[in-house]
Amino acid sequence: MKCQKCAKPATFHITDVIEKGKHQEFHFCDEHARQHLAPPEDAAEAPPIGELAKKLASHAGVGSAPPTLREPSPADKQVCPVCQITFLEFRNSGRLGCPYDYEVFRDELMPLLESIHGETRHSGKVPKRAPRNTQQQTTLIQLRNELKRAVAAEDYEAAAKLRDKIKEIEQDQD
Amino acid sequence: MTLDDLTRTSGEWLRGTGPESDIVMCSRIRLARNLADFPFTNRASRNEKAGIESQVRSAVDAAGVEAAYFDVNAMSDLDRQFLVERQIISRELAAGEGPRGVAVTPKENISIMVNEEDHLRIQYMLSGFRLPEVWDEINALDDQLEDDIAFAYSSSLGYLTACPTNVGTGIRVGVMLHLPGLVANKQIDKVFRALQKINLAVRGLYGEGSQAFGDFYQISNQQTLGKSEEEIIKILTDVVPQVLQYERSARQELVTGRRQHLHDQVSRAYGVLKTAQTISSEETMLLLSSVRMGVNLGLIDDLSIATVNELFIQTQPAFLQKLRGSELDSDQRNVARASLLRSRLANGRAVEDE
Repeated sequence: MKCQKCAKPATFHITDVIEKGKHQEFHFCDEHARQHLAPPEDAAEAPPIGELAKKLASHAGVGSAPPTLREPSPADKQVCPVCQITFLEFRNSGRLGCPYDYEVFRDELMPLLESIHGETRHSGKVPKRAPRNTQQQTTLIQLRNELKRAVAAEDYEAAAKLRDKIKEIEQDQD
Repeated sequence: MTLDDLTRTSGEWLRGTGPESDIVMCSRIRLARNLADFPFTNRASRNEKAGIESQVRSAVDAAGVEAAYFDVNAMSDLDRQFLVERQIISRELAAGEGPRGVAVTPKENISIMVNEEDHLRIQYMLSGFRLPEVWDEINALDDQLEDDIAFAYSSSLGYLTACPTNVGTGIRVGVMLHLPGLVANKQIDKVFRALQKINLAVRGLYGEGSQAFGDFYQISNQQTLGKSEEEIIKILTDVVPQVLQYERSARQELVTGRRQHLHDQVSRAYGVLKTAQTISSEETMLLLSSVRMGVNLGLIDDLSIATVNELFIQTQPAFLQKLRGSELDSDQRNVARASLLRSRLANGRAVEDE
């Protein structure tokens, strides 16, 4: 792929989160990537989501040089077994797919949380009642996903079984 | 309560009551919450979103909250915009897709958005500077909802949210401030830079990325992880009074140093709003801001602050069209806006200078 601004090969692939839910991708050579990432004068006024994009760019690729830029890494290919989102999809959208992603992408997310919040441990409200069995809840998300796929594939036998399993767990929770 | 009922009332947060309400329009807290057994909204299917919606609706009913539920998916674009203008829903919810909606109480203090970026965005607003009170209310509401819904929560990371910027407490604590004095003496950017240095965000009237208008600004926390709700609220309750002090001395300077100029500006603004035959939204905001400051400084004495506050919302495009009961183009809206302003301000006059 060529750089969008010149004929050199694009070595950097940058995703800017413009506003919630909207993003734009850029493919630049080293020099133009640097220009693109140079903070604009009103950077201080940028909405938080812009900050997030910057932090994603700088922190998700730990160890790659220069630190503010990165190429797609093995971490990007990680997939959440529960909601099927890849880390790359998260990087592009700024949105995780399910609560379990915080476990799956833990190693990548921790530096990001550190840079957003300056801390990595919750201090504050604890739900009044004991949280329900988290394993069950994760399983539920997963089973519903499988159900969707079974229905799409018109495998109604599997779908019926999955539906029963989901009902069983849901009733168990109530 | 229907959407049309809302055109005849206005939110409690516009009443102009409560401490410091000459500058603090309202105090607002929102909590981001997600159901533990569903993917986040952006990853949920229509069926899953419908399931989330029905669970939240029954939890709201069970909590005994007297709220109307509006199906945002089924409503017209105009109605969506109408709710955005009233601060009841976000632009993101309006622009979303699939099953989604909002539960609203009649005084509009509480709004619970369903299937926004997070499954629930619980919002509580009160007029004036009353953050601890708002926290007590919303915390109790959150507890009640938690009786019915298992929220995604981890002991190390707190409440789990679709965007890592909200994880932990999931809280956004904010105040909406009217700062015409700091805009006039051009100190506003300096104040904002100072706030940003201590990690507070400054936004316009309609939230993230929206341009400040009418000299209204929202100041809110950004950090949600590692500090408790009370600690975050304390940052705001410590810092906001300083901003209020800057604004008050800026206004005082205007009154003492350039009284005639200020009085002239305020009276002209009032005069234009009372007599214009066609007026844009931008001009209205600008002039209403002058008038609001004029009322607070005693330069206008026959107009309530609540009326001025309401006019900021009621002169917005969707409200005007709801009021007329038909779609209006920009020129028609400018005429309708001027007509509304003339009738609402008909009996007002500026104070005679001594």
